Parts: sequence; structure tokens; C-alpha cells
Amino acid sequence: MLTIQEIVETIKMVQEEHLDIRTITMGINLLDCADADPRVACTKIYDKITRLAGNLVRVGEDIEREYGIPIVNKRISVTPIALVAGCSQSGDYMIFAQTLDRAAAEVGVNFIGGYSALVHKGITGGDRKLIDSIPTALAYTERVCSSVNVATTHAGINMDAVALMGRVIKETASLTAERDGLGCAKLVVFANVPEDNPFMAGAFHGVGEPESVINVGVSGPGVVKRAVERAGDGDFGTLAETIKKTAFKITRMGELVGRTAAARLGVPFGIVDISLAPTPAVGDSVAEILEAMGLERCGTHGTTAALALLNDAVKKGGAMASSYVGGLSGAFIPVSEDAGMIRAVEEGALHLDKLEAMTCVCSVGLDMIAVPGDTTAETISAIIADEVAIGVINQKTTAVRIIPAPGKQVGDHVEFGGLLGRAPVMPVHRFSSAGFIKRGGRIPAPVHSLGN
Amino acid sequence: MKYLNAGEKKGRRVIISVIGPDRVGIIAGVTTILAENNINILDISQTIMQEFLVMVLIADMEQSKIDLSTLKDRLIAKGFELGVRIDAQNEDVFNFMHRL
Repeated sequence: MLTIQEIVETIKMVQEEHLDIRTITMGINLLDCADADPRVACTKIYDKITRLAGNLVRVGEDIEREYGIPIVNKRISVTPIALVAGCSQSGDYMIFAQTLDRAAAEVGVNFIGGYSALVHKGITGGDRKLIDSIPTALAYTERVCSSVNVATTHAGINMDAVALMGRVIKETASLTAERDGLGCAKLVVFANVPEDNPFMAGAFHGVGEPESVINVGVSGPGVVKRAVERAGDGDFGTLAETIKKTAFKITRMGELVGRTAAARLGVPFGIVDISLAPTPAVGDSVAEILEAMGLERCGTHGTTAALALLNDAVKKGGAMASSYVGGLSGAFIPVSEDAGMIRAVEEGALHLDKLEAMTCVCSVGLDMIAVPGDTTAETISAIIADEVAIGVINQKTTAVRIIPAPGKQVGDHVEFGGLLGRAPVMPVHRFSSAGFIKRGGRIPAPVHSLGN
Repeated sequence: MKYLNAGEKKGRRVIISVIGPDRVGIIAGVTTILAENNINILDISQTIMQEFLVMVLIADMEQSKIDLSTLKDRLIAKGFELGVRIDAQNEDVFNFMHRL
């Protein structure tokens, strides 16, 4: 018993308010591809990915057409390569990155995630080789995305890894200098990383996951913004209720698309990630939702509270709409991918410190932030340390995806194009953190990790 | 509020929506394509929203000669000819969003 108004509401969400499914991501286990001979391992990896994901793009396009809901990205996540490559007698992991890139190109996906290592408590030989190869891997492949988990609430913060990642990010930027440090846009440093995240660049297929799985990431900041505008001057209860109902509807689309895709591909359905993911398109912005709530610009006083309300209401609505919610599931605040965030930075309303505060109440962290090219590795490590400390202490995921843009200063812009957008270069604190970072070792797990 | 009847067969039903300025021949244009391809119309409803004609048809493709993808192409082409936007979508999209 659908009403004509309901049908029109759905059509409007897609046509005018940018409702889409941001990604269907196929997770693929590669542990069984490990081999002492790296060439044999890579042949197995290529064959397995192309076999399982061969139909992913076609199925995605069929569903998109049939349901009239755009599915922006079809992607693949794989077992952290450090675990697969660790068994190979090879010092050079570049062959693994190239194999992933080739397999992704063959099946037609734009990104493949999982050039990753989990080093929150310590770094194995395989982890180290992988991390050392990240700058080259990201510079000389197109589609490979990398992530490194450096902290968990249960293990604490591996400050050796944090220090190392500062240097890796600098080197990645320098190897992709002619493209404004694009390599860094494909590299995420995590605390409490989820194993079923469908969103790039941080997606990988965790070891607790099945052989293969379909995870879905929804979108829809534009739909939420219009709903907030329609709520007018209503009080906060009304606002939260409006967002919940809207998030419910958005998430139902994710559930439908995920279940349909999984059934057609013959793999289990994993989760819907109910994150609000913005795009650079005007009107598809998380910052604009916060501004629609009554803030003159995103970043001013009240922004953290507004984001907390938004994030919680999205979760409550989304959780009711899907049988399995997972991944990151919270509002994203990537600067370069959100027109409202970009404007707020350009107008001086939004600073790095406020962004850090905002990450206390949402997923995922300091995301797609460009800083001056002369920012030191130690400062980047210290930014990472602050961010993962928030995640560790608050038992949530946080992450850093930062671009020290080579040759750029505050006031300049970096241009990545497409969904990665453009970012104004933001200032960092001028005082050194080097003495803190060089200590090394591990920051112990917080007392509330002792829950058993 | 006008309610559209839910038919007895599920899964093969599509919702065809027409949005645009009203003019002669819209219903004829759409229903001709459906009739030619043996697609049964279960319900039809229309209203005016913000000066635009909004027409919604529920159709059953059980005995259809063409698949949904081809139907979409033909409807979109007809919409272009008539100066309106026409689309056909699997009914599940709307049920999933608005009904539990």
C-alpha cells in the first residue's frame, strides 16, 4: 500500500538530494594464497580476486539500473597483505601491490584496499617490509589503498609505529609530489580499526571474516540536510527524530542493495556501514547539515555538539533499518571531500584543533587534511598520536589521513579530483613534538581495557 | 491521500513514475509501450505537485516480452519525446524504504 507521496519522496531523494549507495565492497580472504615463492603467491592472489570479483561490477550496475539507485563505487578489500606476504621469502613486496593493482583493473574496480598491516602491539618482519614498501606501492600503483593500525584500546599505542608512519607519510608525499602528494590520500593510519569497513582508503578484509563477503556503505548527507531544513525551528528532540527517520530510510536502501548483491554474487552479506559519507558536490555535505542546524559556519562554537547529535541520531535510525550494522558507522568529516568543510577552512572558521575535537564524537578522524609540505615527520606522528589517543581512550575507531603537500604553504590548495576533491592547506602548530615522538616504545593500554 | 492497491504477485512488479509538465498524450504514450510488450497495469494514480504532473503506475512484468532494462530504455526515450521524466524501478526499492 504505497502512497504516491512516498514514491515521489524516494525519487526526490535520488534526483535532488544525492541519495546513493557509496560503495559495495567485496571482502576476499587471501590467507590461502600465501606461498614461500612470492610469484606463486601473486598468481594465486590474482586468480582468486578475478575469480570471485569477476562479476562484481556487472552485478552492481544491474542493481543500480533495476532499482534506480546509483551505486557510486564497486570495490574490493583483501586480507592485510602483511599477513599473506609474510610467508614469502622476499624482501620486496612491490610485486604484491602490482598484483592487486592488476587484479583491480581486470575486474574494473577503482580501488582495492588491504595493502595493510596490524601493528598495534608490535611490528613483525612481514609488517615492517610492508610498511617500508608503502610509499613506493602507492606511488607506482593506481588503485591500491593502504592502511596501518597502530593502536587499540586493548593493546595501547605502538609509538614506534606512530613514529614510523610519520616518516612513511612524508616519503609517500614526496614520491607523489607532482600530484600534490596524492599517495597520502590512499593511506590511513588507524586506532581500533574495524575488520569489515567497506570504505576506502581504510578497507581491508579482517581475519575474523568469512572467505568472501559483501559489505555496503551508504551515503546521503544531502537527504539529511533537506530533512533538517524541513524541521525548521523545531527543538533538539524534533531534530534528532527527523534525522533518525531519514537515516532509517537511507539505510534501508543499503540493506536492500547489499542483500541483493550478495545473493546474486553467491557470497554472504556482511554489514551495512551507516556512515554519512559526503562528496565534493554542493548539497552533499556533512558541514552543511551542521550549518542547517543553526551554525553560521561549521567549526564555530557548537559544532561538536551538533555533530554529536547528528552522529547519534544517524546510528539510532540506521541500526533499526539493518539487520547487521558494522564498519565505521558514523558521520565522516573529510575536509577535501566536503564542499562545506572546504569553505569553512577557507573562511577561517574551521581549524585542525576543532576537527580533532569533532573526531571525539564521530567517525572516523582527521581525514583528507592537507598541511604544509615542510611539516616534519615528527609533527605528523604527533598528530597521529593525538588522534589515536582519542580512539584508544574512548574505545572507538579513529584515523588519520593527512597529506603534507610538497611545496605547498598555508593558503594554497591541493587538487586530487573526483571523489577525493580538493583541499585548502591548513596550518599546524609551529612548536616541536620531536622530543616526545623519539621516546619510542608503547603507551600502555588504558585501565578500562581491563574489562574481563 | 490516495492509496495504490498492492497486487497479489510480488517480485515482478515495477513502479513507473512520470514527472513533468502536463500535456496531451502522456498516459497514452506510456500505456502503449506497456501494452505492446504485454505488461499488465495493476494500478494508476496521478496528482499535481508544485505545478508538475506526477503519475505513478504499478505494472506486472510477469508475462512481459522485454526485461526491465529494455523497458527503462523505451520509457526514457518516450519521456524525452514528451518532455517529461519517466523511469521504471523495481517495486522493492519503495517497499524497503517505506514499509517494514
